[in-house]
Amino acid sequence: MISRRVFLKNGAFAMVSLGFAPSFLSRTAFAAGTTMRTKQLIAIFQRGAVDGLSVIVPHGEAEYYRARPSIAIARPGSVEDAAIDLDGFFGFNPRLKALKPFWDARELAIVHACGSPDSTRSHFDAQDYMETATPGVKSTGDGWLNRYLQARRNDEATPFRAVAVASQLPRMLQGPAPSIALHQLDQFDIRAGQATDKTRSLFERAYGISPDSVLNGTGHETFDAIRMLKAADPAKYQPENGADYPRSPFGQALKQIAQLTKARVGLEVAYADIGGWDTHVNQGSAQGQLATRLEDFGAAIAALVTDLGERMADTVVLTMSEFGRAVNENGNRGTDHGHGNAMMILGGGVRGGHVYGRWPGLSVDRRYDGRDLAVTTDFRDVFGEIVVRHLGVRDAAPIFPGYNVSPSRFPGLFT
Amino acid sequence: MKPFVAFALTLFVATNSAAVHSEVSDTSDTSDTSITHALNRIGFGARPGDVERVRSMGLEKYIEQQLHPERIPDSAIAPRLAGLETLRMSSREIAEKIEQPQIEARKAKRDGEPATPQDMRANAVVQELGEQKILRAVYSERQLQEVLVDFWFNHFNVDARKGPARFMLTEYERETIRPHVLGKFRDLLEADAKSPAMLFYLDNWMSADPHGPHMMVTRRGILRPPPQNKNAPKGLNENYGRELMELHTLGVDGGYTQHDVTEVARCFTGWTIDKPRAGGAFVFRPALHDMGQKVVLGHVIRAGGDQSDGERVLDILARHPSTARFIATKLVRRFVSDTPPPSLVERAAKRFRDTDGDLREVMRTILLSPEFLSAGGDDKMKTPFEFVVSALRATNADVHDALPLVRTLQQLGMPLYQCQPPTGYKDTADAWINTGALVDRMNFALRLASHKLPGIDVTTSEPVEDLALRLGGPEFQRK
Repeated sequence: MISRRVFLKNGAFAMVSLGFAPSFLSRTAFAAGTTMRTKQLIAIFQRGAVDGLSVIVPHGEAEYYRARPSIAIARPGSVEDAAIDLDGFFGFNPRLKALKPFWDARELAIVHACGSPDSTRSHFDAQDYMETATPGVKSTGDGWLNRYLQARRNDEATPFRAVAVASQLPRMLQGPAPSIALHQLDQFDIRAGQATDKTRSLFERAYGISPDSVLNGTGHETFDAIRMLKAADPAKYQPENGADYPRSPFGQALKQIAQLTKARVGLEVAYADIGGWDTHVNQGSAQGQLATRLEDFGAAIAALVTDLGERMADTVVLTMSEFGRAVNENGNRGTDHGHGNAMMILGGGVRGGHVYGRWPGLSVDRRYDGRDLAVTTDFRDVFGEIVVRHLGVRDAAPIFPGYNVSPSRFPGLFT
Repeated sequence: MKPFVAFALTLFVATNSAAVHSEVSDTSDTSDTSITHALNRIGFGARPGDVERVRSMGLEKYIEQQLHPERIPDSAIAPRLAGLETLRMSSREIAEKIEQPQIEARKAKRDGEPATPQDMRANAVVQELGEQKILRAVYSERQLQEVLVDFWFNHFNVDARKGPARFMLTEYERETIRPHVLGKFRDLLEADAKSPAMLFYLDNWMSADPHGPHMMVTRRGILRPPPQNKNAPKGLNENYGRELMELHTLGVDGGYTQHDVTEVARCFTGWTIDKPRAGGAFVFRPALHDMGQKVVLGHVIRAGGDQSDGERVLDILARHPSTARFIATKLVRRFVSDTPPPSLVERAAKRFRDTDGDLREVMRTILLSPEFLSAGGDDKMKTPFEFVVSALRATNADVHDALPLVRTLQQLGMPLYQCQPPTGYKDTADAWINTGALVDRMNFALRLASHKLPGIDVTTSEPVEDLALRLGGPEFQRK
């Protein structure tokens, strides 16, 4: 299966830099002490298919309440733990209240009924399609964020240009452009046992001469990153502006993204994910399984945005999940796999305070296959608009093969 | 690499004659590489002396022996596992002796009483299971069996973190997976479909005919469960039906539709668990079963059926050509290459079809194929579990306490029995080789080599730094 193959890393480059002080140290803004106005994207994946209808609640639609007798989020104002109204028709799940100030400040936009033209209800295929941005095509080798990195060649790029704070490099970032995965900044060094600087350089040499291009390339990225991180010294990190990160793995991942951003190590694309959304049984409504996850999700993103403060002017936070869940609740107070879903886009340049996308309605005749929220916005139009209008790529065609990225279909998230 | 096959055959014949070692020493470089390769794939890597042992008996004979684990003496493993008392317990016993006291201990604590030793044993069951998995992989002579238990558990993955699944997995691995890994696929599939762990994990135990007799009709004509049992199942849950086809049998491109998913889910209504929180067994409850006619992949399943509806679905799926291909592809990916050679997949799939899914025969086809015997220097990377276990084997480590290793695997991103999605852990290099992972592996190698892992003795004359570099270096990451 071509799609599972690891791309060959740039072995020649690895050999050149071996044994020398990494040249980026003399080139990067962080070393020179200047400020770089680099645009940044932070992508967040909710793995497991979050129920978008419980996140951005269509409280203005009676069908929503008919379809979900035991798990609907109540209409705003009707009870204490009701939806938080956004625009008279949609509302936040009450557990997302930490994000409400950003909506009010018009920094947060939502695209609803958004998703894939492919009909799959397989988590794994749908995640692949969203990460490669080629729905229906499994042979795509690299992820769309990696293709962005390729399209936007940066000769000043540092090893931290693209970082997944995760134990595995997501498909979205896999491909020929260097990108790294790390899960714990403060453990990112060769230092166990009786390790010395000499041990580290011996390991570096061993990976440097490995004929295996993947190990060789990954090894090269690893040792460059270790050196650079040491110089940036992120251990002293203190969140700013009163940001309060949840102690959850997701909260800690976002905290480390803020840490890397502020260490000015050249971070352009960051990634984190959060699982546990596959709520087939006892999903809950304003309280319960899903609500607990959302609380963590919302509080962590709010902390990140608060912490980044003015840096958000150049940053976009994008949330996504592989598909939504069926409109009707199932036989176990849960929801089965569905289709359309909601995405959030948050950042200084975003025209927020608005729910984008045409709302298809929830009545059975308007549903996809008679059961799911229909898709009215192709997720590639959201990705495409971010790539073009936020990240400033002129020609997005190579990033979205087989798709005509056209501003006429952009939701209009940016001015 | 083809000449190696001929060489292996020659060697196989030659093993009966004496003094094989010296006679073949001039070509032993090739053969040792190939034997090392085979030991990395069939098992969890060579211990000191293993390559010589396999060389003297012949690789093909070794493979044949591994295909019959019941014939391999394995007495060293029992004393290693003796201290792990939950391994031999049924789910019911674990629920009674460990879960219940824990729940009571937690309640007592809330009432202000101090924590009891029972309280401290939270997760002990899954930890012991993880220790067992590591110890068997390191010390069992039945290496292929251990690899296959790992493979098939992962194929039929159940996450210990989902509610009571944590105390069902001991029995699940021991009785559902382990006895069937070299048996008929149809038997494995049915054992799995009826296992409380799977019924719970993929929610089938809650799935019911929305119009079944267990429902009560209210005065307004609305169906709902009787008021005394508000949380009783009241309708269909298609989670198991979908994953059964996508992940366990046909594969996602195996030719089923959303309609098939719903129909399969209907067939399995009533397949549930007798008192799941008490560790109960599979039970079929006719009151929950949808008695209507179903059509699954074009096969009509007549109205009025019972438990047999689900069994019929298992027949259809186990014998579907997509299943043979899907299972063959996964096995070839595990044993041969991240990009499975199509010709070998085809032969393995054909063997699957010809033998009615005899997994021993499928394995024999794969392990004696030129593609397997000549592989090496290709793209397979060790998973964190394989990396840790092979490092312990390579150093002849004496593991008194495997618990620190269970924690190590958590840090390495592969917590045992805790893979959340039903796909199981990935089996390709892209999932496991990245910057953070390499740092973690080098650090593990350093800790092991410098005797910094509590409960583990490494006896080696190799200098610490050399050993660390060998285990944490690039070559050792490949399998």
